[in-house]
Amino acid sequence: MQDKPGSGPSKKVPRKAGRAEDAQSAEEAELAKRLRSLDERLDRKHETQAAARVAEQSRKSGIGAALRMSTDFVAAVLVGAGLGFGIDWIFGIAPWGMIVFLLLGFCAGVLNVMRSAGKIADPHARHDPPGRPEMYDDDEDK
Amino acid sequence: MANDPIHQFQISKLIPLEVAGHDLSFTNSSLFMVATVAAATGFLVWATSSRGLVPSRAQSIAEMSYEFVANTLRDAAGTSGMKFFPLVFSLFMFVLVANLFGMFPYFFTVTSHIVVTFALSMLVIGLVLVYGFYKHGLKFLGLFVPDGVPGVLMPLVVAIEVISFLSRPISLSVRLFANMLAGHITLKVFAGFVTSLSALGAIGIGGAILPLAMTVALTGLEFLVAFLQAYVFAVLTCMYLNDALHPTH
Repeated sequence: MQDKPGSGPSKKVPRKAGRAEDAQSAEEAELAKRLRSLDERLDRKHETQAAARVAEQSRKSGIGAALRMSTDFVAAVLVGAGLGFGIDWIFGIAPWGMIVFLLLGFCAGVLNVMRSAGKIADPHARHDPPGRPEMYDDDEDK
Repeated sequence: MANDPIHQFQISKLIPLEVAGHDLSFTNSSLFMVATVAAATGFLVWATSSRGLVPSRAQSIAEMSYEFVANTLRDAAGTSGMKFFPLVFSLFMFVLVANLFGMFPYFFTVTSHIVVTFALSMLVIGLVLVYGFYKHGLKFLGLFVPDGVPGVLMPLVVAIEVISFLSRPISLSVRLFANMLAGHITLKVFAGFVTSLSALGAIGIGGAILPLAMTVALTGLEFLVAFLQAYVFAVLTCMYLNDALHPTH
């Protein structure tokens, strides 16, 4: 509470550095400060750019999203029907494969639509793939 | 015939060729695929031939397309996904150039045939399967098993996940094909209104202004769709490749 974690130990470091080293470290500190400020500015720029891109997409891609989700849904139903038909044909269990897999196809279609709408997370997205921001940060090995 | 909106998608044999009972003729579709590949390759090779530190216009277009695809891939699949960059970049350039070629009058749109887009998406999904099993072995099947699902529900959930996975190549190919087909048909229908209305005399010519304006607007929209669909194809390819790279941990 009384002092910041960084400031405590730095006071105890013995100051035996010469003039030249002192100047050098001051220069380095200056450089580090400039680097940090550059990083901050870049971060801010990237953030605003990303936000702008998301806003742009959500504004004009209403019809695109509709097309995407409808194809996602229909494709899953078609695959379900195809699988059911194939299973019926192979095993000769006339309507049952079609009934079961068509219904499963509808479920998969709804799942596809919810996923592309971002309503539910991709099951793999939870496992922090590199390059993607970590949405769930619950590592058990603490 | 001139106003038939479907006529533009007809396949015609340019060089008939039959090998062992299979029809392998060189069609107008093949011609435009060759032209697409030649144009994309030729442009990139020509644009990057001088390689100035200060890029010329052509070079900066080539660099921008590289950066664009590279960033898309890195965002979706991480740095380890960059080993698939040649594939994704080729797919993106092929689809983009084919779509843009389709915007020339009297040109054939390669991507408006589902057999082409389906072949492309099967290439992607086939690669995902082969690479996934090659890299992770049977652990790749963990892709279909979400964690935290009770054992009783597991068969149902796995079946749904498998169907969802199998529907990907279909929705990937149908999306591209349907967008290009529908766009070109709409364009042709509205352009057809212009000619048939203007045959009706002075009033018709006055009325033909409306579909003409619509045709102009639709042409702009079609250029947008051409870019957007190539981008969507590339993005989804990256996302599926990400599944092959990192199924589950």
